[in-house]
Amino acid sequence: MPRASRPRGAAALAAAALALTLTGCAPTADQPGGSTSPSEPTGAAATGELGEADLTVLAAASLTEAFDALAGQFEQANPGVEVTVSYGGSGALATQVLEGAPADVFASAAEPPMQQVVDAGLVSAPEAFATNTLELVVPAGNPAGVTGLANLADPDLRIALCDPSVPCGAASVELLANEDVTGAPDTLESDVKAVLAKVSLGEVDAALVYRTDVLAGGDAVDGIEVPAAAGVVNRYPIAALTESPAPGAAAAFVAFVTGDAGRETLAAYGFGAP
Amino acid sequence: MARTATPVTGRLAWPIVAGAVLALAVLVLPLLALVVRAPWADLPALLASSAVLEALALSFGTAILATAICLVLGIPLAALVARAESWATLPRRLLRAAVTVPLVLPPVVGGIALLTLLGRRGVIGEWLDRVFGVTIPFTTGAVVIAQVFVALPFLVFAVEGALRSSDRRTELAAATLGASRWQVFRHVTLPIVAPGVAAGGVLCFTRALGEFGATITFAGSLPGTTRTLPIASYLAMQTDPDEAVALALLLLAVSVVVLLTLRDRWLPGATA
Repeated sequence: MPRASRPRGAAALAAAALALTLTGCAPTADQPGGSTSPSEPTGAAATGELGEADLTVLAAASLTEAFDALAGQFEQANPGVEVTVSYGGSGALATQVLEGAPADVFASAAEPPMQQVVDAGLVSAPEAFATNTLELVVPAGNPAGVTGLANLADPDLRIALCDPSVPCGAASVELLANEDVTGAPDTLESDVKAVLAKVSLGEVDAALVYRTDVLAGGDAVDGIEVPAAAGVVNRYPIAALTESPAPGAAAAFVAFVTGDAGRETLAAYGFGAP
Repeated sequence: MARTATPVTGRLAWPIVAGAVLALAVLVLPLLALVVRAPWADLPALLASSAVLEALALSFGTAILATAICLVLGIPLAALVARAESWATLPRRLLRAAVTVPLVLPPVVGGIALLTLLGRRGVIGEWLDRVFGVTIPFTTGAVVIAQVFVALPFLVFAVEGALRSSDRRTELAAATLGASRWQVFRHVTLPIVAPGVAAGGVLCFTRALGEFGATITFAGSLPGTTRTLPIASYLAMQTDPDEAVALALLLLAVSVVVLLTLRDRWLPGATA
């Protein structure tokens, strides 16, 4: 008797799992509903002129703290709009856009990843909104006594850099080449926040990150300014995706980031003006 | 008796068939897409690049080493887990949970855990660094440790299953004839469970070869030292999706070849 009930239980479980999977997919599939609402007149007092919209922003990892703040400010100024920011290496995000990730805005840490998206015709007219430069970062208290870029050539030190395939890595390669330093990295991380984490944990003695990341790292890390870093400037472009289901809100978000209020917030997090 | 022995024939109910087909599609379609989208014309050039060969050699080297370590450590643990059947409930469950947790844990969590233990400021790592000047993260050794951590349970459960289904009477007979406990294990038990050990070893190897999360967290990513095939594939996705697909295809091919070399009786489920 119990033998008969067991398969039935298993089938029910499988069916439940299937149902879960299906319902899990449904809301995202139905999301384009948001595309009509911005143009629709909305009677609700709680909703702003942009109406109800769910914005998905893909932003470079180095923008994490600044865009968390900007998203919050934008939501406050536009009731009914919800902003979700997904952070990652700019190259990985560009690939996601090319593969058709459902997103509305893309903010890259350098021009090449944005150019890929432009070439594919997925955005038009990206706008520079910030600049950033590199800085040496060491664990708080600088246990290895790092003094400058030359230390990055020391094989006895544990050193983390960004992989050259991401903007912070490309900038690091350029900076080290400019200064004739042959870096001896122990790891090449896929985004700048992964590098910063290795420093905060004390797992590496020194690393190159953006100056904004040194600020974001807080008490766990110390920054060492590198004069030559001023010669390698990353320009951050932002653009609304042409296939955004909420073009009005996407354009408004881009305008907000590139506008005065956005620039002020970005400056507070250490970004330079474009 | 006769009824249970009759093989079940006839059609399955339609919801079962529909569910099975859907499940199969979930499993097979992504891999099929990989094969369809693969840049076949450029494949030889992509796979012959020095970066790919370097990652391939590193992946195979570390996965083989990790499998060897898993065999040396996992067979005794499997023997203990099998023997634990006669223990009290609590210690038996604790032992089983300890072996199972790495199996169900997200590998990234495993990587963070390894870092807290063996990192330079880790529980043991801090001491290793101070006393011996040894730091483990970002070394090839760290890659192997991460692989052992995630792959060991596969070996333990495969061998334990084989041990539990083996006939204990042969061992008893050997012991009666004067064999020591070690001799019994070495010359009687081990040959009996050899298919389980082989199956476990192969599963262990494929799991080690595919390891990503714990490795990138604990060992980092440096070409030739810690950048294994899965990590190279992940990074390639940022700049050169064609290369990423080529690398993914390579990993898929290795896994399929490994599984095909397994006989049916070695597959999980058949051993238990």
